Amino acid sequence: MKKWLEPLTTAWVGVVTHKLRSFLTILGIVIGVGAVITLMSVGKGAEARILSNIQSMGSNLINISPGAFRFGGVRGAAGGVRTLTMEDAEAISQQVSYISTVAPSYSSNLQLVVGSQNTNSQVTGVTPEHISVNNMKIASGTFFSAEEYQRSAKVAVLGSNVANTLFGSANPIGQQMRMGTIIVHVIGVLQSKGAGFGSPDDAILIPLTAMQQAVAQPRTPQGGRIVSSIALTVSDKDKADSVVEQITSLLRTRHRLAPSADNDFTVRSMEEIASTLSETMGTMTLLLGAIAAISLLVGGIGVMNIMLVSVLERTREIGIRKALGAREWDIWGQFLIEAAFLTFAGGIIGIICGWGISSILDRMGVMTTLVTPDIVILAVSVSVGIGLFFGFYPAWNASRLNPIEALRAE
Amino acid sequence: MIHLQDITKVYPMGKQELTVLKGVNLHIEQGELVAIMGPSGSGKTTILNLIGCLDKPTSGSYLLEDREVSRLSSGELAQVRSRKIGFVFQTFNLLPRFSALANVELGMRYAGGSDRRRAMEALAKVGLSDRTNHRPTELSGGEQQRVAIARALVKNPPIILADEPTGNLDSRSGEEIISILTSLHAEQGITLVLITHDASIAHHCQRIINLKDGQVVGEERV
Repeated sequence: MKKWLEPLTTAWVGVVTHKLRSFLTILGIVIGVGAVITLMSVGKGAEARILSNIQSMGSNLINISPGAFRFGGVRGAAGGVRTLTMEDAEAISQQVSYISTVAPSYSSNLQLVVGSQNTNSQVTGVTPEHISVNNMKIASGTFFSAEEYQRSAKVAVLGSNVANTLFGSANPIGQQMRMGTIIVHVIGVLQSKGAGFGSPDDAILIPLTAMQQAVAQPRTPQGGRIVSSIALTVSDKDKADSVVEQITSLLRTRHRLAPSADNDFTVRSMEEIASTLSETMGTMTLLLGAIAAISLLVGGIGVMNIMLVSVLERTREIGIRKALGAREWDIWGQFLIEAAFLTFAGGIIGIICGWGISSILDRMGVMTTLVTPDIVILAVSVSVGIGLFFGFYPAWNASRLNPIEALRAE
Repeated sequence: MIHLQDITKVYPMGKQELTVLKGVNLHIEQGELVAIMGPSGSGKTTILNLIGCLDKPTSGSYLLEDREVSRLSSGELAQVRSRKIGFVFQTFNLLPRFSALANVELGMRYAGGSDRRRAMEALAKVGLSDRTNHRPTELSGGEQQRVAIARALVKNPPIILADEPTGNLDSRSGEEIISILTSLHAEQGITLVLITHDASIAHHCQRIINLKDGQVVGEERV
């Protein structure tokens, strides 16, 4: 037998001697590692999905909204603060460099009547550029043209969810719907982008010019026509920060804000939103992993417990080995390898289980999960590390036994 | 070969001390077959443990093959045990989960590595070629002790120490064991030290050392 193989076969004999006990010990580690991998993959999956949703909206997008925006807070709800105007949008488009398109929009809740259905929905008046600025695609029909916009055509483009809710399986194109005081024709349906952050699936889009006929667009005391938000795209992504700065100073001048006053609007690039979100999600992933790591710790304590029992039980065996010439190092290594073996086996099975569970969750559509190599490496190294850490003390105990006393043990 | 001079051994027993050996002087030449006899508590096993480097004397000098070993570290003593000493115990001390062959291989484990062929040879020497895959529980007491002897001699040690090797055996098995040990001594020139209560067994040896209250009280040549 190869010399380096002997400690491994000894550990193997130790493990299979007490099959149930070893199985339960390994199970503790399997659950711990599996939980770490499953929970962290859920976190990573959510992170990846949100980022890809943001990417699909266009990473060169900049959004201006009224009110001081606080991420996660509710300050500046639509309609609550009315500071942005059509005139602001025109000024930005004319005076700020590196901008390709500016698309202001105005949202309002309107009563919708479709056949016998009567609902209250948010309708957004937009310019023809809206679809390209927000990186949207038409699934069927068309978007309204600049010419239709100019003559305030009474047409609407629906998000896929809305189309489904209002018209069911019937083709919505050409259908009529009453919207406040006007009647519009549906001319197009947007491609679905999937549920998530800022999804357009629930949007009802009509020309802003038509919107002004359906509902009186409010004005500022200075006479500016109020909009709900202004979206714009930058022509050069690297200039996004400078564009944000230019817009900020332009709007502060236009709104006549004193130098000490806070902005009464918020300019955020998608890039910024994405990095904030990904940071938040990363923290969530870590938190999930930390919760799962507790069960891994408990599993590790289980390993230590079993190794202590095992050393006690095999006191005589240790005495015999010492009488045959085993050094302390040999005994120590034997028990440490056995502990590491238990946790390593648990780690491998745990990876398979965790991976399996997270891919089942993903396939069944319960939630998006993503197993990345760093999670796997982390889980395995932590599990073997736990084996070595919790195996250290029992193995050291074993190695220090007096051979004569150990031989006398029952 | 084995040279003990003024060896004492004191065990701490709580607050008191128990003196087990009170100045033992002992010479054993290479190739000798020696029996140590004495009443219970006379220190026989303690002497054997000291000779076998399982323990260190409290004071005195122990030269093993002209090397002073009484002050070695536990790791160095383990190395001496692995190269020089084969043990045979009264209670056999086989590993219950291992086959006879695996138990014999274990005898080489810490002396440079296992060698299945040599382990088979050692089992053949004690007449157990047909029992290699049996576990200790499937063997009789005499057979278990023969496995233990094979385990002791498989690494070709210069010294074999046997602590009442027949103490747990019936008289017929005991005689078998003694005849195996004496023939090993005769054929291979192994230095053999054994502890026994049984005068008839002691008389198979060349020399009998009598121990009482931790001192050598007499020697007789057989």
